[in-house]
Amino acid sequence: MARAAVIAQDDHHYTSTGLSSWKVGFWTFIGSECLLFASLISTYLVYKGRSVVGPYPEEILNIPLTSVSTFVLLMSSLAMVLALDGVQRGSRKLSLIWLGGVILLGSAFLGFQAYEFTHFVHEGLTIGTNVFGSSFFVLTGFHGAHVTGGVIWMITLWIMAARGKLAPADSLKVEIAGLYWHFVDIVWIVIFTLVYLIQ
Amino acid sequence: MSTEAVADGFGQAQGGASPSGHGDHSGHASPRTYWTIGGILTLITAMEVAAFYIPAMAPVLVPVLLVLSATKFMLVIMFFMHLKFDSKVFSGVFLTGLVLASFMTVALIVLFQVLPKYDFMG
Amino acid sequence: MTGLWSWLTTVDHKRIGVMYFLTSFFFFFVGGLEALLIRIQLMRPENAFISAETYSQMFTMHGTTMVFLVAMPMAVAFFNYVVPLQIGARDVAFPRLNALSFWVFLFGGLFINSSFLFGAAPNTSWVGYANLTSLQFTPGRNVEFWLIGLSILGISSILGGVNFITTIINLRAPGMKLLRMPLFSWMALVTSFLLVTAIPVVAVALILLAFDRFFGANFYEVTAGGDPILWQHLFWLFGHPEVYILILPSFGIISDVIPTFSRKPLFGYPVVVYAGILIGFIGWGVWSHHMFTVGLGPIADSFFVASTMIIAIPTAIKIFNWLATMWGGALRFPPPMLFAVGVVAVFTVGGLSGIMHASAPIDLQQHDSYFVVAHFHYVLVGGALMGLFSGIYFWFPKVTGKLMSESLGKWHFWTTMIGFNLTFFPMHFAGLFGMPRRTWTYQAELNLETWNQLSTVGAFIFGISSLFLVWNLFRSWKKGEAAPANPWDAATLEWSIPSPPPHYNFPVLPKVRSREPLWDEVERAEVEAVTLSEPEHEPEMPSPSFWPLVVALGVVLSWALVMTGVWWAPLLGLALTAFGIFSWAFQPAFR
Repeated sequence: MARAAVIAQDDHHYTSTGLSSWKVGFWTFIGSECLLFASLISTYLVYKGRSVVGPYPEEILNIPLTSVSTFVLLMSSLAMVLALDGVQRGSRKLSLIWLGGVILLGSAFLGFQAYEFTHFVHEGLTIGTNVFGSSFFVLTGFHGAHVTGGVIWMITLWIMAARGKLAPADSLKVEIAGLYWHFVDIVWIVIFTLVYLIQ
Repeated sequence: MSTEAVADGFGQAQGGASPSGHGDHSGHASPRTYWTIGGILTLITAMEVAAFYIPAMAPVLVPVLLVLSATKFMLVIMFFMHLKFDSKVFSGVFLTGLVLASFMTVALIVLFQVLPKYDFMG
Repeated sequence: MTGLWSWLTTVDHKRIGVMYFLTSFFFFFVGGLEALLIRIQLMRPENAFISAETYSQMFTMHGTTMVFLVAMPMAVAFFNYVVPLQIGARDVAFPRLNALSFWVFLFGGLFINSSFLFGAAPNTSWVGYANLTSLQFTPGRNVEFWLIGLSILGISSILGGVNFITTIINLRAPGMKLLRMPLFSWMALVTSFLLVTAIPVVAVALILLAFDRFFGANFYEVTAGGDPILWQHLFWLFGHPEVYILILPSFGIISDVIPTFSRKPLFGYPVVVYAGILIGFIGWGVWSHHMFTVGLGPIADSFFVASTMIIAIPTAIKIFNWLATMWGGALRFPPPMLFAVGVVAVFTVGGLSGIMHASAPIDLQQHDSYFVVAHFHYVLVGGALMGLFSGIYFWFPKVTGKLMSESLGKWHFWTTMIGFNLTFFPMHFAGLFGMPRRTWTYQAELNLETWNQLSTVGAFIFGISSLFLVWNLFRSWKKGEAAPANPWDAATLEWSIPSPPPHYNFPVLPKVRSREPLWDEVERAEVEAVTLSEPEHEPEMPSPSFWPLVVALGVVLSWALVMTGVWWAPLLGLALTAFGIFSWAFQPAFR
């Protein structure tokens, strides 16, 4: 068996790229999500200027408010990388602080969105008013649903950290959750520019 | 400590360092870098909003905003998502989706918003 | 471990593959029955065998079933069973996710077909063009069964795609470089990329439709500024990559079968690989050739004419490579090879008619006629399905450890060839003489009766031919001759392990040094010393899990409850999904 085609019993540790399958799989999934959001964003852009009744985007979109919520979401991404760093260092305190930060900032973003939606409905813009309303609510609603899922994920991690179940050896769990969170953030970067600023 | 890392032969083993040691995080940025990137992202967002309100920017607003938001996009994926330091495999599977997504968006805008403005048949 | 419970909780890629196969094989007969009803109705002009409404349901469900419940999942059955064995892995990267994909697929398929119980089967064709699908024009539940069913199936496909991309990137045996992978695994990789990129687009198209129908949105509502053409673009942005999702697995299968029975390595291996990748990419840039009659204007039309003609090149490259592989080879013609050669011949016919309507002016004449029906059945039945048949005969001995009857296989092949060509070749003529698609009946004065009768006779021969396959599968499974590890003297890794394989596939991962490890005496001895050995202690495999089944139920329930129109009802399904996901996440994969 000297030159036999046997790799030692450590083939348990083996992957062909040396990379974690979780990360390969999750990045693939993020690539797939790009197409989902691109389809929704394209729909919004294709229907730009096609509404036959108001309210129209330039009458109703609130730039100052959305700038603040955009800032909040960006800062939640910063908290996310710091949380990962805290977990990798094995600091339960840093993990809890920054994961908590992500949860608070993410929830704040959702609060802004809830305010925005109810405000629009008061102003007479619903999903059935015009194509702007349809494409706006579905696009930003899908994004908000992703943020909601992310917040639930973060709360789960926070509880794990609080129970001392998030050791440096588990940092991959936080890294994957972070990839998701940052992806949701970059989608918002695109939406903020294409929907809010370029009217 | 948590339950022991399970080396499973499926590449799903938990751990900061992946089973064969390629996934060490020493290449990742430090908190200092993260704060800097966070600052730059804030700054660019402020610039975007400012550009939106400055009337003189109107003629070049669209390209300026596209460049600025693309910069933010790149900063997040390179540093916060570690693509700059990580394996090219991740960039590959992500970019396949991103490139097709961008292609589709541009194509649909051209088909719906650009081409109908021209009457080719005279 | 046996028994029903072990199947409900299995995470073994081989068992999941078998379940995928049996489910899709069942739906193959459902879709086939629908086709036969269509053919009986069209046998005579002004026939009233079935009503116009029933006819609409039949052709819609025939198309939907054959694409989403037969061709795709049967290919996935082979991905499941064969890819890990070919690349030298013990399972897929995410075994429980794999089980989830299967259960979601099964429930989604049952959900769409449950519409028959309510007399409300989908009736707006498999492409479901807006705004025929609006509440105004199709007020019944038909469209809702369709859009929800397809959304559910899409979830299964995306998860499967992610799983197979990860598996192929990450779980190749030592030495199995990408350019040493068998072609079938390569095409599984390309197909998986098409799945994860194309399915989200149709998912969005369907979600927009759901919002229109359930929540009064205006996406396809013309009076509010909506545009039904957007549906067509989103649908075909998915729909054309989908065509390659259907055909590339078949190309992969015959690219492994033809070298085996020619006893020659695949001619121009890297070129065949690159052609497959190129098809995947260009396949994203041709979608509007389904829309030449929409009036997109000369610029758009010209672009899509050019891209469509260009995509014929990598396809033709593959055909020439298969021919060159056979050239001068030691040819044998058992059933897998017969079907593989059949694919090369019949697919080429469909490819040529495809190039015909790649030209926009010609397509204007052929659009929505039976000529198009002939074309896509030549590529999808002659290309995709016959390739899958080839795969069935090729890998059956590996799966069951039994040999299939060659003579029954030959009967199957020749009756298929005769029935298939007799059904679909006359459709070219019927179409050119004015027979429209998706129309309940036709007038006697059109003189289309003869062509239609030929097609109907052919369809019945084709239908009977599948009974040979059923009988052969059943009989061989029950009392076929025992199969050795490598009954075909094939070259790739799946043939180095016993038939059927042990549940851990490889006692120790083999080391691969070439593309045809079993055709080199030295390498073969090295590999088989490992793969045929008894393990000192069995490799640890992932534990069975009940949660994929629970999550699948939750996913299907969430979607199905959308039909109630009560906004909070789907939350019940989501709650079940969330419960399942949490239980899953905290259950260790290995125990």
